Amino acid sequence: MEQSDCIVFEGSNMAECHPVAFRWPMRAKVEHGAKLIHVDPRFTRTSAMCDIYAPIRAGGDIGFLGGLINYVINNERWNTNSFFREYLLNYTNAAVIIREDFKGTEELDGVFSGLMKYSGGAPEWPYDGFLGAYQTDSWQYARHGEEQGQPRGGEENAAPGRSTAQRPVRPDEPLDEVIRSLRKPVPLRDDTLRNPRCVFQLLKRHFSRYTPEMVEQVTGCPQATFTKVAETILENSGRDRTTSFAYAVAWTQHTNGPQVIGCCALLQLLLGNIGRPGGGIMALRGHASIQGSTDVPTLYHSIHGYMPAPSALKAHQSLREYLATEGTATSYWANMPKFLVSYFKSMYGSAATPENQFGYDWHPKISGDHSHMPMFVAMADGRVKGMLCIGQNPATSLNAGLERKGMRQLEWLVVKDNFLIETATFWNRAPEVESGDVKPEDIKTEVFFFPSAQVAEIDGSFTNTQRMLQWHFKAADPPGQCRSDPWFTHQLALRLKRLYADSALPRDEGFKKLTWDFDPDDPSKESIPGEPDLKKVLREINGYYTGDPTRHLAGFDELKDDGSTTCASWIYCGVYPAADRNLAARREPDPPGVPGAELNWGWAWPANRRVLYNRASADPQGRPWSERKKWVWWDGKQWTGYDVPDFSLTKAPSAPGNPKGIGLDAFSGRQPFIMIPDGTGWLFNSSGLLDGPFPTHYEPAESPVRNALYRQQSSPVLKYWKHDGNPLASVGDPRFPYVITTYRLTEHYLSGVMSRWNPWLAELMPELFIELSPELAAEKGIRNTDWVRISSPRAHIRAKALVTRRMRPFRLGGKIVHQVGMPWHWGWEGVVTGDVTNTLTAMVGDPNVSIHEGKAFVCNVEKA
Amino acid sequence: MPEPMGFYTDTTVCIGCKACEVACKEWNQLPATGGGRHEMSGDSYDNTQRLDGIHWRHVKFVEQFSEDRNDGRWLMMSDVCKHCVRAPCLEVCPTGAIIRTEFDTVVIQSDACNGCRLCIAACPFGVIDINPASDTAQKCTLCYDRLQVGMEPACSQACPTDSIRFGTIRELKQQAETRVRQLHQLGERRARLYGADQKFLGGLNSFYLLVDEPETYGLPRSPRMPTRNLLPSALLSTAGAVVIALLGLVGLRKRLMDDRAEPREDADV
Repeated sequence: MEQSDCIVFEGSNMAECHPVAFRWPMRAKVEHGAKLIHVDPRFTRTSAMCDIYAPIRAGGDIGFLGGLINYVINNERWNTNSFFREYLLNYTNAAVIIREDFKGTEELDGVFSGLMKYSGGAPEWPYDGFLGAYQTDSWQYARHGEEQGQPRGGEENAAPGRSTAQRPVRPDEPLDEVIRSLRKPVPLRDDTLRNPRCVFQLLKRHFSRYTPEMVEQVTGCPQATFTKVAETILENSGRDRTTSFAYAVAWTQHTNGPQVIGCCALLQLLLGNIGRPGGGIMALRGHASIQGSTDVPTLYHSIHGYMPAPSALKAHQSLREYLATEGTATSYWANMPKFLVSYFKSMYGSAATPENQFGYDWHPKISGDHSHMPMFVAMADGRVKGMLCIGQNPATSLNAGLERKGMRQLEWLVVKDNFLIETATFWNRAPEVESGDVKPEDIKTEVFFFPSAQVAEIDGSFTNTQRMLQWHFKAADPPGQCRSDPWFTHQLALRLKRLYADSALPRDEGFKKLTWDFDPDDPSKESIPGEPDLKKVLREINGYYTGDPTRHLAGFDELKDDGSTTCASWIYCGVYPAADRNLAARREPDPPGVPGAELNWGWAWPANRRVLYNRASADPQGRPWSERKKWVWWDGKQWTGYDVPDFSLTKAPSAPGNPKGIGLDAFSGRQPFIMIPDGTGWLFNSSGLLDGPFPTHYEPAESPVRNALYRQQSSPVLKYWKHDGNPLASVGDPRFPYVITTYRLTEHYLSGVMSRWNPWLAELMPELFIELSPELAAEKGIRNTDWVRISSPRAHIRAKALVTRRMRPFRLGGKIVHQVGMPWHWGWEGVVTGDVTNTLTAMVGDPNVSIHEGKAFVCNVEKA
Repeated sequence: MPEPMGFYTDTTVCIGCKACEVACKEWNQLPATGGGRHEMSGDSYDNTQRLDGIHWRHVKFVEQFSEDRNDGRWLMMSDVCKHCVRAPCLEVCPTGAIIRTEFDTVVIQSDACNGCRLCIAACPFGVIDINPASDTAQKCTLCYDRLQVGMEPACSQACPTDSIRFGTIRELKQQAETRVRQLHQLGERRARLYGADQKFLGGLNSFYLLVDEPETYGLPRSPRMPTRNLLPSALLSTAGAVVIALLGLVGLRKRLMDDRAEPREDADV
């Protein structure tokens, strides 16, 4: 971001929530005059630092970004400057022809072709939540030698409920043959971009309604401000300048969050800002190492290194069938058999053999959506027996009243945290207990509390927003019996393995075969007995030669699909190339004044690359787009530059792709997006997203206004969990006329467990408050610091009023819509306490990743 | 002797994160108001409200928005003791508890403070107050203990955007002047330095870059030594004293003359 010429913060309050990382935007601003832009419902600490503040009401992001896209493609400079045309034609799928049976939102009034009733899911787990589902056949590329309009297998089998492999497999088929057989014919193209079915023409039509007038009507942002943003971004994109975007959970926490991010990616591809220094889209993570938790996942739906979790609902009956379903013949993902087999070797060690499919059958398979919301709904239905709760505080989480109802049905609950947090005292101190609605003696849940060590009390690694691993060292031992998360996990695993050691049940084979060798070599040297050796954990993640674990793997190029390599997470392969070289622990900055990518500071996956797809930082001929934005280039023999090239090192820019080739062999020297099946940046998403190939403005699940763009009000495929405690307001419900958004403050952290117990932080923000405009306050007779009652269809709470002109009413169409906002850090435990904001939120979510919509819903406010 | 050291605070890059407040409290082990539990102020995001004996750093928040929101700014400034070159507190301290250090900073030595509060009244910036934990007057020490071992003050080290800069006054002034020029070029004509020159109190070893009048940030336009406030009355007193002295002289002379006229009885003793 320090190298950006313009930075747009949207869906993020970076100065507030990532103050330490915010030093880089400030440097860009102070040192080379970068323009900073904030697009947000509230004027925040971030807005205060920006050159332009563009107000939009919560839920208007695709309206705003779609407007920028429409503005850009109709802009004169964009249409005449050779840079944009070259980038678009060579590095994106703009020229690709889409099948004739594809229909867009223009033809179908807000939905895409293929919309169907959802019929997937397992009867044992009726919690998938989909309102509808898309059959994505018509979204596919038209290809040479293929008849169009005829249903067939998809690109990546993305539609929910689909359970067929792309082809049948033989049990003895070599794994690379499975992948090879998935090779598809080359897509049809029109490099003039005039074919009405080419991606660019479809895109143009799709966004044609997103005019500045419409942006104002949908988002409430004045046209003049919108235009200023669009012009500033355009001025700062091109050969010589780059613009970056930064977002956080205010883009994700919507019923179409991934589409908002995709919309930004589309815009950045149009502007040529991907794969270049100072460009890109920064996913600001909400929590230290949350990136690490997607890489070595704590997520239910994927296994290490972004591979889908084996599923009982899909054609995943065998290792080969899994590959035939999830695999792809082109792109670096063609190596998936190597990643997968090395992963299974890490799981099951010597027990994993070619004969038993490397233990594939022992691996757990998911049977539906097991993410946070459906899990708690199932809990409330009495379908969940027990819960281990580590580093989460669900008693103050989404629709918290319903979550606490869920916890009351558990037989047992383990809470491992710093203090007796709300989740540990939900049975005797929650509001429903205080009010007498629920009696502690009626709750059968047995609660176990384990005091936790703090981060400064353990070694380990963090993976940050930039995918960079940084090792951290223990500063002190934890007090008393407080123990680290690794200690807890390690000890639990050892005990479970002992528990299942004599089991004869087939389902327990996985536990019995699981390798678990993390005890320190010399336990007497450890100050905390029972703590695992985290260097051994890192070695397991990095990988080694199966025959000799002291030989670490130097990178994922060394991985094999025959069991001779063991590697838990292929993307981390190379972080620990030798027993004495933990690259995550490096702290060597580049010398001052020398251009570089700080390659000796920590280690970034993959392969220590700092900018992904950085082949795009050079023009098709391999020359830097400009001296100022030089990053990676072709020197006549190989790719070189400041960063680790993200490309086949010796593939010349002029090298043609092999139409029958597998993996990167299929790509020419001009296809930078090596993880994408056709090597281009996708403006149109044939697969990967369940809710449409183009981003489309939908209203949040709860909204005071009708969708101004289409008849379709909200996403037709969003997830909603119908339950007594989870009602939704209908569109424009007069009982809940205001838009509310929830957020964090610098002074507190998450549900407050690391801040509300700390007097120094508590004093800075001692009470829960609601931010509202003087206009709304006057209308409701509320004065600053008055107590206010806030209600949603789920609950009502109290908070103090903070009346401020940083909040403003929005004019949407002819209607004034008031926007309010509340932080969500409070609960009933700690030094400072307050009501739980999250009791107001609903369990509605996005179809792709099941994240909730905590950023835009409706409420009422009254003087308490 | 080291060069004079101090702070330069560029308010235009302050994000109001209060890391300085917390770092200060943690290093100096200062208590929180009410153990952390007190009512929110309703004054923007400012809940500590002022500098005093337990708040040696304080971040101000100033919301400036027109009714139609066409104009809007949210100013933030981390405030602290100014370590005046001619420090009123030091001048009035009767016990010598307040000293000027080898870094040209001003420090109250708690063990020599008798809690008389004269310095509290003398400070034109309202920086000093009694810390109830020690019952002595306290304020920012510019981390004298850290400076003595070559460390940077806790607050500036914690500042993520380098709004608070620590260094030699000479270097800080150069940085500040460059930044003002840059802001002027960018059209921010309101940018100015406060306390960087010697217009008042001999200069401030903690000076500021502001983008509005000092009063907007709660800073006095022309802070003065308390003795300067006393000047008119002091002149009057001096005049009175002169009169009294003259009268006294007259009386003395008369007595002397009388003495001469009448030989004293004890003259031979």
